[in-house]
Amino acid sequence: MGTFHHDKHELHGITVVVDTAGPSLYVGRCDDIDGQAVVLLDADVHEDGSGKGTKEDYLRRAAKVGVWKKLDRIAIPLDRVATLRRLADYNR
Amino acid sequence: MPYDPAMVRPMKEEVTRLGAKQLATAAEVDKFFAEKKGTAFLFINSVCGCAAGGARPALRIALANDHLPDRIGTVFAGQDVEATSRARAAFADYPPSSPSAALLKDGEVVFFLPRHEIEGRDPASIAHTIVQAFDEHCALAKKA
Repeated sequence: MGTFHHDKHELHGITVVVDTAGPSLYVGRCDDIDGQAVVLLDADVHEDGSGKGTKEDYLRRAAKVGVWKKLDRIAIPLDRVATLRRLADYNR
Repeated sequence: MPYDPAMVRPMKEEVTRLGAKQLATAAEVDKFFAEKKGTAFLFINSVCGCAAGGARPALRIALANDHLPDRIGTVFAGQDVEATSRARAAFADYPPSSPSAALLKDGEVVFFLPRHEIEGRDPASIAHTIVQAFDEHCALAKKA
């Protein structure tokens, strides 16, 4: 029993990693993916080169415990998305 | 705004009927964590069907295990807001997510199951992860 949203993308409700070709990497709960953007809720963003480690360092920690929310909602244009994976996949 | 109590009641009961103590206030959470000795398992329940819909049945499977925590508590995120906030303070090094679960031994977190490790997994698989933690850290339960 619970709340389901059958009108959303199959990744709705799943915590995903959105990597970009640039320094930005996002982790958040996928709300939806439409023809224009990946919409994440309760998301964190890591910027490579910001002195907080590499994307790999960040993902290693995130995959273990999750992320601290910085953004309530963010829409990442699809043309910025290099890869999209479930966060849990980084533990397997 | 918290959820309608009538809506979340069945989801709470799905957990409390397994023997978990519903912690609805900060004071009840404080009392639950006041006892440091032994093992305490806290399940952060939620309304989300994408993840909690698998986590609650997983908990039912896991609580049939031979090794069990000494104390089992639950709070409901989005409903018992104060209690959930206080519970999360007990494992403040871990980013908040719901549903999620933590196992403490002698007051220290020894296992944490974040939401992203629950999402999209079947209950048996989630239960297996929880049972591994119970087997490693908890004593044999006294069967009635």
